[in-house]
Amino acid sequence: MIFDDFFTRALIAGIGIAIVAGPLGCFVIWRRLAYFGDTLAHSGLLGVTIGFILNIDLSLSVFVISGIIALLLIVLQKKTKLAGDALLGLLAHSSLAIGLVFIAILTTIRFDLMGLLLGDILSVTISDIIIIWFGGSLILLVLFYIWKSLFAATVSYDLAKAEGMNPEISNYIFTVILAGIIAISIKMIGVLLITGLLLIPPAMSRNFSTSPIQMMLISIIGGILSVVIGLFCSLEFNTPSGPSIIVTSLMLFVMSLFFKKGMTIVQKSKI
Amino acid sequence: MKKNKPLVKLNNAGVYRDEKWLVKGVSLEINKQEIVTLIGPNGSGKTTTGKLILDILKPDEGSVTLNTKKISYIPQKINIDWAIPLRVIDFMNITSKLNKSKIVESLGLTGVDHLIHKNLLNLSGGEFQRVMIARAIAKKPELLILDEPVQGVDFNGEIKLYNLIKEISDKLKCGILLISHDIHFVMSSTDHVICLNGHVCCSGTPNDVAKNPAYIELFGETAASAISLYRHDHNHTHNEDGSISK
Repeated sequence: MIFDDFFTRALIAGIGIAIVAGPLGCFVIWRRLAYFGDTLAHSGLLGVTIGFILNIDLSLSVFVISGIIALLLIVLQKKTKLAGDALLGLLAHSSLAIGLVFIAILTTIRFDLMGLLLGDILSVTISDIIIIWFGGSLILLVLFYIWKSLFAATVSYDLAKAEGMNPEISNYIFTVILAGIIAISIKMIGVLLITGLLLIPPAMSRNFSTSPIQMMLISIIGGILSVVIGLFCSLEFNTPSGPSIIVTSLMLFVMSLFFKKGMTIVQKSKI
Repeated sequence: MKKNKPLVKLNNAGVYRDEKWLVKGVSLEINKQEIVTLIGPNGSGKTTTGKLILDILKPDEGSVTLNTKKISYIPQKINIDWAIPLRVIDFMNITSKLNKSKIVESLGLTGVDHLIHKNLLNLSGGEFQRVMIARAIAKKPELLILDEPVQGVDFNGEIKLYNLIKEISDKLKCGILLISHDIHFVMSSTDHVICLNGHVCCSGTPNDVAKNPAYIELFGETAASAISLYRHDHNHTHNEDGSISK
């Protein structure tokens, strides 16, 4: 069976992640949530540790912990006057630190720390693939459902609120599905680099896009290309999967910059 | 007695933030086919009052009753991030589902239908304002709230815009709240002026307000003599109360 090959498993898992990461990443960029995504991802390590301690599925524990951290952030934002970025840093680094302390204490459990931080294609199992594709479809369905309200709130919260789009609810739901994508992609990409896959393909895509939908579709294509090329390089040069995928997406981004520059020159020469 | 409930009713409403009242004791009503103008100096709580009406802010005292869901809002300022590739046509549908011909029609009303495929960031201030108004009209609202709609529009444009607002009110039969810091220039077709300065300083027809001692104290004699009664058409003149005499 094709799933017997670890590399095929990694490819299928990675493509699944890329399809979900594209649209979500667009919203992360549009709403300036890059550092927020980072915070959720860092708390993912704590989620993994807790998953090991309680012996439950890692995606589930990461999802729950990231979700809790996200809600905690929203509560703290209302309670304190500390600026948003300081709060994010506080939560990101303390949850990462707690996670690392736990890992050090748990000497009885064999732990591949590098794999968790940077992603490991060897670790992708068939059940991971099921979680990624099933969870990913669920995330996209939810996103599709809240799309109109979320997008209106992204452009202008006041406008969305005034014209009855319920932006608070869609904001909360978006936070939860963001925790969801981090949970399903942690094994593949790693805690440190997930935000990269969320951000870089949309950043690349922006240079080609004239409409929001277009930007999402091109992000998906960019994400898939990054995963496929990145994984082949990872196999070929024996590099960790997460960094290989991110480096590939960075190259695509740089190419898009040249494309944009070229387009500008062409447009100018027409005038 | 009125047949219909007012579209919105504020009863002694106030907003308290950071240890001070942004506005306090605001009571007002907007009915169908009525144009209400809210004026006041900077920081007098005009936008806050608008947001109270729109349920963006909750009142810390008093009450706000909103009797319609068909609302269009033109905020004072919208900052659109470069990262969002947003064309005029996408923006028109941001809170509604209109087909293209409806969108073109509305943009045509404000004279910007040729911009439909342009990115919002490439519009001038005046063009953007027209797109905002077109979007608001396209929704066929029952209540339309415009926060400083003539910002960045030149004098001629301003008169055209006021005429357009009057037209909208006649055509859609909606209630309109116009928020303006320009105390010298209140639309003659305004039914009701509310002058705000942290609280309702005075209110009434444009003419009543201009004569009100509280208004004169707040803005000075010259402002008072200049208020209201702009001539939107030159084939008639306005009486003191804003009615038309040939």
